[in-house]
Amino acid sequence: MSRFRLRTGGRIDRDRPLRFTFDGREYQGYEGDTLASALLANGVHQVATSIKHGRPRGIMAAGVEEPNALVQIEKPFPEPMQTATTVRLADGLEATGLPGQGRLATDPDPARYDSMHAHCDVLVVGAGPAGLTAALTAARSGARVIVADADTEFGGGLLGTSERLDGAPADTWVRQAVAELDRYPEVRQLPGTTVFGHYENNYLVALEHRGEHAHTRQRVWRIRAREVVHATGSHERPLVFSGNDRPGILLAGAARTYLHRYGVVPGERVAVFTTDDSAYAAAVDLHDAGVEIAAVVDARGSVPPPWESLCTERGITLMPGSAVVTTSGRERIDQVRVAPWWQDEAAPGAEHTRIACDTLLVSGGWNPAVHLHSQARGGLCFSEDLGAFVPDGYPPSVRSAGSAAGEPTTDACLASGADAGARAAVACGLTAEPADLPRAGSVPVRSGRTVWMVPSPTDSTGDTQYVDLARDATVADVRRAIGAGMESVEHIKRYTTLSTAHDQGKTSGTLASGVITELLGRSTGEIGTTTFRAPYTPVAFAALAGRERGDLYDPVRVTSIHDWHVEQGAPFEDVGQWKRPWYYPRGDEDMEAAVLRECGAVRSGVGIQDVSTLGKIDVQGPDAAEFLDLVYTNKMSTLKVGRVRYGLMCHADGMVFDDGTVARVDEHRYLITTTSGGAAGVLQWLEDWLQTEWPHLRVHLTSVTEHWATIALAGPRSREVLSRVAPGMELDKDGFPFMSWKDGTVAGHGARVFRISFSGELAFEVSVPWWHGREVWEALVEAGEPLGITPYGTETMHVLRAEKGLPIVGQDTDGTVTPYDLGMGWAVSKKKDDFLGKRSFTRADTARTDRKQLVGLLPADPDLVLAEGAQVVEHPELPAPPVPMLGHVTSSYRSAVLERGFALALVEAGRDRIGDTVHATAGDRLVAATITDHVFYDKEGARRDG
Amino acid sequence: MAEITGESPLASRTELLAETSVPGSLDIGEIPFLTQVTLRVAPEGAAAARVADTLGAPLPGPGTSAVAGDLLVLWMGPDEWLVVGEQGRAPDVEEALHKALDGEHGAVVDVSGQRTVVEIAGPRSEEFLNKGCSLDLHPSSFGPGRCAQTLLARTEATLLRRHGATPVFWVLVRSSFARHLADWSADAAAEYGEGAVLA
Amino acid sequence: MMLIPCPWCGPRDEIEFHYGGQAGVAYPQDPQAVSDQDWAEFLFFRDNPRGEFAERWLHAAGCRRWFGLRRDTVTNRVLDSDDTRTVTQ
Repeated sequence: MSRFRLRTGGRIDRDRPLRFTFDGREYQGYEGDTLASALLANGVHQVATSIKHGRPRGIMAAGVEEPNALVQIEKPFPEPMQTATTVRLADGLEATGLPGQGRLATDPDPARYDSMHAHCDVLVVGAGPAGLTAALTAARSGARVIVADADTEFGGGLLGTSERLDGAPADTWVRQAVAELDRYPEVRQLPGTTVFGHYENNYLVALEHRGEHAHTRQRVWRIRAREVVHATGSHERPLVFSGNDRPGILLAGAARTYLHRYGVVPGERVAVFTTDDSAYAAAVDLHDAGVEIAAVVDARGSVPPPWESLCTERGITLMPGSAVVTTSGRERIDQVRVAPWWQDEAAPGAEHTRIACDTLLVSGGWNPAVHLHSQARGGLCFSEDLGAFVPDGYPPSVRSAGSAAGEPTTDACLASGADAGARAAVACGLTAEPADLPRAGSVPVRSGRTVWMVPSPTDSTGDTQYVDLARDATVADVRRAIGAGMESVEHIKRYTTLSTAHDQGKTSGTLASGVITELLGRSTGEIGTTTFRAPYTPVAFAALAGRERGDLYDPVRVTSIHDWHVEQGAPFEDVGQWKRPWYYPRGDEDMEAAVLRECGAVRSGVGIQDVSTLGKIDVQGPDAAEFLDLVYTNKMSTLKVGRVRYGLMCHADGMVFDDGTVARVDEHRYLITTTSGGAAGVLQWLEDWLQTEWPHLRVHLTSVTEHWATIALAGPRSREVLSRVAPGMELDKDGFPFMSWKDGTVAGHGARVFRISFSGELAFEVSVPWWHGREVWEALVEAGEPLGITPYGTETMHVLRAEKGLPIVGQDTDGTVTPYDLGMGWAVSKKKDDFLGKRSFTRADTARTDRKQLVGLLPADPDLVLAEGAQVVEHPELPAPPVPMLGHVTSSYRSAVLERGFALALVEAGRDRIGDTVHATAGDRLVAATITDHVFYDKEGARRDG
Repeated sequence: MAEITGESPLASRTELLAETSVPGSLDIGEIPFLTQVTLRVAPEGAAAARVADTLGAPLPGPGTSAVAGDLLVLWMGPDEWLVVGEQGRAPDVEEALHKALDGEHGAVVDVSGQRTVVEIAGPRSEEFLNKGCSLDLHPSSFGPGRCAQTLLARTEATLLRRHGATPVFWVLVRSSFARHLADWSADAAAEYGEGAVLA
Repeated sequence: MMLIPCPWCGPRDEIEFHYGGQAGVAYPQDPQAVSDQDWAEFLFFRDNPRGEFAERWLHAAGCRRWFGLRRDTVTNRVLDSDDTRTVTQ
């Protein structure tokens, strides 16, 4: 065992040694160690060099507040920016020290991450003395309690001290408390869990470390609590003096934790520099563990009596009314210089005492961990007594307890926790009994001397006086910020980067406020703190993503025929959350070849497409016709039962936002379709008008999108195919005219068949209940086989409709396009008093004659397919900027029937310019194209009846 | 009662869900082809009273369900219910409800294919659901008979806690999202399977 | 994650809702009789106060009802929600 590891004591398992590597050297630690405690046990203090100044930096703290000891984990899995003080030691761990920034893994993370929602009456954050009494009191009242602590075991500060409760070691009481909590079925204990965010309505988010070998490495908890108790403890504050950043300088409380928790002493000859009582306990405990205490330097004028006698008994040199003014040492501190500094003196005296040491413990007082309290919009004020910011004003259902609320002693923490737990329980309507609390017999604590920085005899600018070690921000930097005219702590933070590192200023935040206070000659309360923001400690994106990655990244919607498309090797296109088959390549066809073949098949034979994704809404009620007249631009009340009409929907601003078909099922019932991606939005929109503007209309809307599987059969031979599987259905053009529907039997199943077309060809759409979708599809494919039926995907559908000049809402429109702009004035009723959008068509802007209009565009080079999104300009050579933009290409394809490339475009006053030549960007050149009518094929509509 | 011969939304995931289930801990499986009929009617009117007579149970209030003979009625909105029954019942349920409305304004829509039902049972079911659902499913706030429309695994779902000695939930999920939910379930429940192996 | 009180389903997480903007902006009785100025005000102009704001929400993933509530835009605290539950005919 190394000379820094005690033979007994601590909460490590000496029977379970663990081997690990740091910066390429092998070391040994024990189960229960952190990487930091194991390094200290091996005499390693320096972990890294600093980010800007390249100075050696060591382990300073024992928890999440560590500003220096950043490491890159190499094994078991590469992880950057971990603090050695929070990394649990594991066998085979490999780590290296980091100068500020780490390196992301290049391999995919093999670990799993999980998330869990939870609810409770009382959430207790922190399981130290206050957290445990809060949890116990709330639990005894019958409350549903969650208690979370970042540490792997409960006990908080009690685990890192020699404190006794009711005469027994404090951990005996901790064990009893945990055992009692275990007995309540409605209490959930979450050790190893950091609550890192406190949001509106007591929504708190926590990260649970479940261990490298757990099924899920980390779990994010999303907790909704009726009441919250923040028992988050406090962080010890370092002191600012010249050379305060050398390895070997530790927070006094951290040294005590290393001793009691891990059986580790930080050095052999230790000096202490303090402004308050708590560091004396470290000096006494380390002395009793066999460490030589070189001196205790106290900035206060006298040493508090109980500590004075305890130190004198042990022969510890006491230096009240003094300060450490500077340090020396290369890779580690080897000497401090101490000067007298009485409370009313501006600067320490000129006479220095040199004290040799290998470790310096510092304590500048304790900052309550108010981060979550502040995130919850709790107020803060500066307590002159504590020399720290404490909670001042609580939001509803939020309280702080223990040292997080500024309580100075263990007894006070135990009592304040119990009180907070009881009040939280009462707020939940429960009855809380006064708690029977253990006694620590804490000695009274005398207030500290608030010291922000010790003036240096050798460094008047402050270049070696570090305020934020993580950012290498010094007193000199703060001076420069103030010299540049800044006074607000928020501005100075951004100018100096103070408190913006991984630790978000846990050790430096309050210190920064204090230093600014001093340099500006103001009060600390007036200066305030910077805003505390989530996350309290760094959280990996992988944990936040949870299982929402890979195939589960976003919900995927599939139709009942999906597997058939997969079996045929179709690539898929994402349409909203839907997966739609894009095209069906045969052999080694590329997309263009497949699409030309599919288009040709539909124009000359028959094609089949899965259109189940179209949104479908059942509209019922005596006022259904009136309602549809209001929401569509065209008139739906005149539609006869059995007939179908194309419909356009506009927002009140007159811009097209969806389209589809409207089928009248009976007098008071319609079935409307929406675009695939627009279904949910359209239903919301319609409900909005129905519920909030026209509640007098008797209409009910029901989504039936997935009730039906819908199959489009398109092409001159589609009738023939359908007739083979729907023998009883009259299909000729008089018996089943264009834009009508009928119920019947298709492939043995009840079906609703529509005679509508999105390609201009004779076409049918067959709807059957979801679970018959694939069966009917296969029956149609089989029946069509002798006719060469060709499955086609969304790309072919797009080409076919573009050849007919039919726009796709969202592709050829972008929320700034009216029906008139689309050349669809025919779909706007002139007879209706009102409908959504109507008033806007007479607005000056919508009535402009130079609006962008949908037109066709034929590139001069027939082999060229323009890029969608290509800008349209007037001339073949660009004039000096700004270049007037005439519009842009919205859809562009190669057409089988036209035997050339063609496009749709929105072009300024385009319909007046038919026949003009304009130019479109194609890579880095401009190509000529002719403006044409937007209907390219079968303008007279001769093909729709087959 | 006509047997439905088609393919349910989770037919391709039957095996996956069976493998995902952990006996005695968590059971997940599809109950396919159930009849589901949406009923819209003013809750206080005479038509609602006739519907209640027809069903043999009052229409349940917000957040609750009612057992009406061999049918189950779920509250979906202030004037909306979902009537659930054995497969093949849609025509007679529709007819009975239409008859009860008796020409008064309301709506009856067969939506049997719109959603499928996933049953989640066993002591782990609450915790399992809370991996993807933010509702408080504790029996004190979501006891037997309670139902809610909410988000589960980021998809819209209707949750119903059924009556029973051990926890049993029904999740009604849109047919197009059902596979996503099944795949999510397999991933979310995987740790319980490992636990069983270790035990 | 705000907790929004749906008048029908009770408090639910914000992500179940769809935001509907300022409440009380009524569709004009006869839009054709409204001046261009007033019509533009109806279409495009909304308040954006710091503090109390009456606004519309839709319980999209729940009962699909629209309702109103007043929210403090600084603290996101919900001050009260609509008593008048909207019911379609």
